[in-house]
Amino acid sequence: MAEIRNYTVNFGPQHPAAHGVLRLVLELDGEVVQRADPHIGLLHRATEKLAEQRTWIQSLPYMDRLDYISMMCSEHAYVMAIEKLAGIEVPIRAQYIRVLFDEITRVMNHLFGLAALGLDLGAMTVFLYCFREREDLLDCYEAVSGARMHAAYYRPGGVYRDLPETMPQYQAQHTRSARTLAAMNDNRQGSLLDFIEDFTARFPKCIDDYETLLTENRIWKQRTVGIGVVSPERALALGFSGPMLRGSGVAWDLRKKQPYEVYHRLDFDVAVGTNGDTYDRYLVRVEEMRQSNRIIRQCVDWLRQNPGPVISDNHKVAPPSRLEMKANMEELIHHFKLFTEGMHVPEGEAYAAVEHPKGEFAVYFISDGANKPYRMKLRSPAFCHLSAMDEMARGHMLADAVAVISTLDIVFGDVDR
Amino acid sequence: MTPKLQRLSDALERLLGAKPVARLGELTLEVSAGDYLKTAQTLRDHAELRFEELMDLCGVDYSTYGDRPRQGARFAAVAHLLSVTHNWRLRLRVFCPDAAFPLLASLVEVWPSVNWYEREAFDLFGIVFEGHPDLRRILTDYGFVGHPFRKDFPILGHVEMRYDPEQKRVVYEPVTIEPREVTPRVVREAHYGEGG
Repeated sequence: MAEIRNYTVNFGPQHPAAHGVLRLVLELDGEVVQRADPHIGLLHRATEKLAEQRTWIQSLPYMDRLDYISMMCSEHAYVMAIEKLAGIEVPIRAQYIRVLFDEITRVMNHLFGLAALGLDLGAMTVFLYCFREREDLLDCYEAVSGARMHAAYYRPGGVYRDLPETMPQYQAQHTRSARTLAAMNDNRQGSLLDFIEDFTARFPKCIDDYETLLTENRIWKQRTVGIGVVSPERALALGFSGPMLRGSGVAWDLRKKQPYEVYHRLDFDVAVGTNGDTYDRYLVRVEEMRQSNRIIRQCVDWLRQNPGPVISDNHKVAPPSRLEMKANMEELIHHFKLFTEGMHVPEGEAYAAVEHPKGEFAVYFISDGANKPYRMKLRSPAFCHLSAMDEMARGHMLADAVAVISTLDIVFGDVDR
Repeated sequence: MTPKLQRLSDALERLLGAKPVARLGELTLEVSAGDYLKTAQTLRDHAELRFEELMDLCGVDYSTYGDRPRQGARFAAVAHLLSVTHNWRLRLRVFCPDAAFPLLASLVEVWPSVNWYEREAFDLFGIVFEGHPDLRRILTDYGFVGHPFRKDFPILGHVEMRYDPEQKRVVYEPVTIEPREVTPRVVREAHYGEGG
């Protein structure tokens, strides 16, 4: 009789299905996972320690680099925490713009998540479809902030600037005929809001397309139904939030339960699963895209009708305009102080959480009254969700471990910070 | 304070005998290291509190707080709890009595989600959680020396690494770059710049 021993496999850190730099040590009995031990930290950049050395405003762009799939949501928690500590009022138009971009970010994140889940399970077409739509949303980011991904658009007290009146257009190239070019620029003739409205009009049809490919697909269901099941009690004990918690049937959404900005004024529903498996979480995320589309539409309508300031006029936290700065001595002093020493935040501590597309993303600040945070802690949903990997993957086949990683919807910038 | 927060504050005072501090719409409860585990158990299980979820736990090093000499304990663990049933939050802070060997009870039996957070606090601050089943480093490199988020750990670290073509392996050497601070850290007195 041959001696049978469990086999230990190194999954990653350079593996396309590991979603970044995850080193997963898998103990296998045949093809069945007995133990999964994620080794993380390969992308650890000590963002929290770096923030202690920089002024409040200088650390903001680091937030984009945490979860580089949904950038602006992390910025949102960061500025909300500062606003809470310093008691800064945000103009209502800025709140709508933030909600608009949070929801654009949510759609972007779920498109990426769906594409990656599809690709991991062998559905290449969905991947291509999702990236086609995601490109339009990245163009919105670019139009508003100048950067496709790392926007650094939110500021304590509002947003960096108002929505642009024009949309960047494709340029003529020798590979494009004049007719192709005109068709590509067709929906880019008006303002950014026109472009977003056009997107919301065609996007539900795109979601229908993804669902046609996947929802009733037999192979898709074989690969996702009953994989990585988490009961509601277990989901709470494991600290889940966001779609991971809702997939298990707990109707918990910070946008509804602890509304921030203008979510209480908007009309949308919360998607909840029943079985807590990969398939339900997939359905929850698809439905969230539809709901986000509704929210985006409402924000666009409101923003069209209500012009106004987009950043606080308290020049202790937000810089004055260039014109004022050059014409007024007081504003010049404000400008100088703000960009050399930085703003001061009163002593105290604050925890601000947002409903990030992946779950609850929160920033916890301890301030001792200096121009830099004393301690910043980032509560990232992915870190918490990945810690449940062992429990979710145990007893599944090796190929299903890939589905479990994918359904967690993790990004390593966020896990390792 | 909202009526809801008042209700939670009253319940905490009645059940635990400790008065939480309310600021900026958040409640903070400080407990001693001895009561830590028992308090956590009550917070989760009592019907009037029901903190089912532990969202976050982090270490804090208070040694240079406010740029003045520190009296009292140096290390603390701060947990953020959430009750899905009652829809409220609580911050739970516990100071480690001994700064030379910071030791706390592990909450892993109460909230399994704390597992990695405690590993993180151990890795970055050197807080040891008694009763944790698997207290390994989590974010830093294999074989890393020191606890990098302590205030006395330099931001540049102590060592740098490079590939040595002669020895044909990666070698560690003391850091060669100079530390610099672009914007100095300033603590102003209260109400600085207002009026006048």
